[in-house]
Amino acid sequence: MLQQAFNGLVGGSFYALLALGLAVIFGMLGVVNLAHGAFYMLGAFGAFIALDAFGLNFWVSLALVPLLLGVAGAVLERLFVRRLAPLDPLYNFLFTFGLALILQDLVRREYGVNSQPYPRPRELAGTVDLGLFTYPAYQVFVLAVSAVMCAVVWVVLTRTRVGVIVRAATERPELTRALGIDVGRWVTPVFGFGVALAAFAGVLAAPMRAVNPLMGADLIITVFAVVVIGGLGSVFGSVAAGFAIGLVSALGNLYVPALSQILVFILMAAVLLWRPAGLFGREEAFR
Amino acid sequence: MRITGWSGGLAVAGLLLAGCGGGPGGGGKISDGGVVLAVLNDQSGIYADTSGRLTIEAVRMAVEDYRARYGDKAVAQKIDVVAADHQNKPEIANSKAQELYDREHADVILDVPTSSAALAVATVARNKKKVFIDVGAASTELEGKSCNKYTFHYGYNSYMLAHGTGSEVTKDGGTSWYIVYPDYAFGQDMERTFSAAIKAAGGAVVESDPTPFPNDNFSTFLLKAPGLDPKPQVLGTMHAGGDLVNLVKQYNEYKLRDKGVQLALGLLALSDIHSLGPDALAGTRYTTMWTWSMDDQTRAWADKFQARNGKRPTSNMAANYSAALQYLEAVQRAGTDNSDKVVEQLEGHTFEDMFVRNGTIRAQDHLLLHDAYLSQVKPSSEVKEPWDYEKVIRTIPAAEAFQPQPDPACKL
Repeated sequence: MLQQAFNGLVGGSFYALLALGLAVIFGMLGVVNLAHGAFYMLGAFGAFIALDAFGLNFWVSLALVPLLLGVAGAVLERLFVRRLAPLDPLYNFLFTFGLALILQDLVRREYGVNSQPYPRPRELAGTVDLGLFTYPAYQVFVLAVSAVMCAVVWVVLTRTRVGVIVRAATERPELTRALGIDVGRWVTPVFGFGVALAAFAGVLAAPMRAVNPLMGADLIITVFAVVVIGGLGSVFGSVAAGFAIGLVSALGNLYVPALSQILVFILMAAVLLWRPAGLFGREEAFR
Repeated sequence: MRITGWSGGLAVAGLLLAGCGGGPGGGGKISDGGVVLAVLNDQSGIYADTSGRLTIEAVRMAVEDYRARYGDKAVAQKIDVVAADHQNKPEIANSKAQELYDREHADVILDVPTSSAALAVATVARNKKKVFIDVGAASTELEGKSCNKYTFHYGYNSYMLAHGTGSEVTKDGGTSWYIVYPDYAFGQDMERTFSAAIKAAGGAVVESDPTPFPNDNFSTFLLKAPGLDPKPQVLGTMHAGGDLVNLVKQYNEYKLRDKGVQLALGLLALSDIHSLGPDALAGTRYTTMWTWSMDDQTRAWADKFQARNGKRPTSNMAANYSAALQYLEAVQRAGTDNSDKVVEQLEGHTFEDMFVRNGTIRAQDHLLLHDAYLSQVKPSSEVKEPWDYEKVIRTIPAAEAFQPQPDPACKL
């Protein structure tokens, strides 16, 4: 039971990392990034290509791939997302959705639909004794790294000047601008950072999950449910909901396997009825 | 070359037909000026690599081999291969099949993976009175209650997979099973057939759980497995594609083999072994209808295939090659591409080719009976060349491999 709960948290780390990136982007830009799953997939493929073509190991990929994709994300924001931002939000909705399909198909064209091989890093091949039970080392690592990553983002947002600006720009962009802060300058790096987080989750997933063009599309639907439950644009809410949903689906699989397919969505519907802005969201977040 | 051969061939065909005395009137016995083979399958989704475009190439190879064998004596002088993508959706399969038969003048439709799509095409074939040889789908309904005069099931089905792996592993001492299966038609069908096969072989299914589809996190089920009472000796999984890769990666993470829970697979494609690396699956047993490295004959064909396409063929591609070739052979024997005449030639036909060993097309339900193979994944130390991952450990004779009796629900 404890082990199952722990296990749910590991699954939840992917939700949390992805939801965090989505929340940061939505908060700052008001853009629902439907290509987020595709960036997660590109992260995993980036790790595969780095190993396959350049012989770069997991650790190098973990740093390099998110960096490169983050830069690509920033460029994308400059070239496209920014131009569409003043229009109806539907334009960016359609743009990112189309982008996701294009990225998926490009990868499929090159690598086919079958999964690509990716081994676990040798350092983490064993198991760790956690006192109450032993657990695969790699999964403990995934949980720890995701938790640290989320904590770092949290600290940056709440304790630093950059974080204060970003949060202010998220909530009251006009007022922030009136105070003499160039909000536009921060939009690009924030978008890039959100994309980098997705890529980071992708690299983490490569050794333990199937690396194929559809891996992101399959996962992102649940992540959207997570973000909605946590409260759109709420950074803390999305992380908390990410881990919570991981936990709930693990225990759901265990006790009511028949419902496991739809449990997350039942939960989402219930939360929306009870708190339309999500658990940690505020009504005014919807501008 | 085609033009010169055409008139000559027609004359020969005419002579042959005159000799047979079959069919009304004289003139061409080939409808619409030629034989059209249509491949209807998944060209962009989850089966695009196991079937997909290279299956069309395999069918073209069959056409070339037929031409090479009969030359000027071939009944079908003009043969076209056309293809369509059904995206694994029954409604698209339905409209594409109608289009292929009506507009493209297809004489036969081949492949059609995904059972729901295959069943839709079987209905179209019955209504249009045109031949349909299904290779890609597993459902036994094709030769059961949905069977019809024009539909054939060729290669494998869920009975073959379940009875091969389920019975053999159980008889080998893996008597208690924990089954996990994806929660959709194929998974549910596999779970039923496997459970029946395991029980018939004297084993027991401790528990079986449906999993969400698609799913990337199987840890709940894997953690639960060793704690079940009684503890299962075998974890049977009915997943395919990405789900299977996820499950096996995580099975290894949790070191279930060390905890005394073996892995048995409902379905395994060569490409899955490649995705996981042979060591992730080493020793795992599963049933297959064909393997390229099986013997000299299959190797020779696989070499030809690789020279042309740069890849080793999957069993599905080989099966479609064989189905196309046997269809053309039946046209040759019938002297016409008239559906009823060709069906007559296929029914009860006994034959062997590169893909089929000890094959008979059972007349009562149009199911191809042939040898199947219980196989095992080699550890990387035994892998001598790329894609050489499989080892046949036992040939399951044709009579045991498939349903011993036709389903009484089948009325052709």
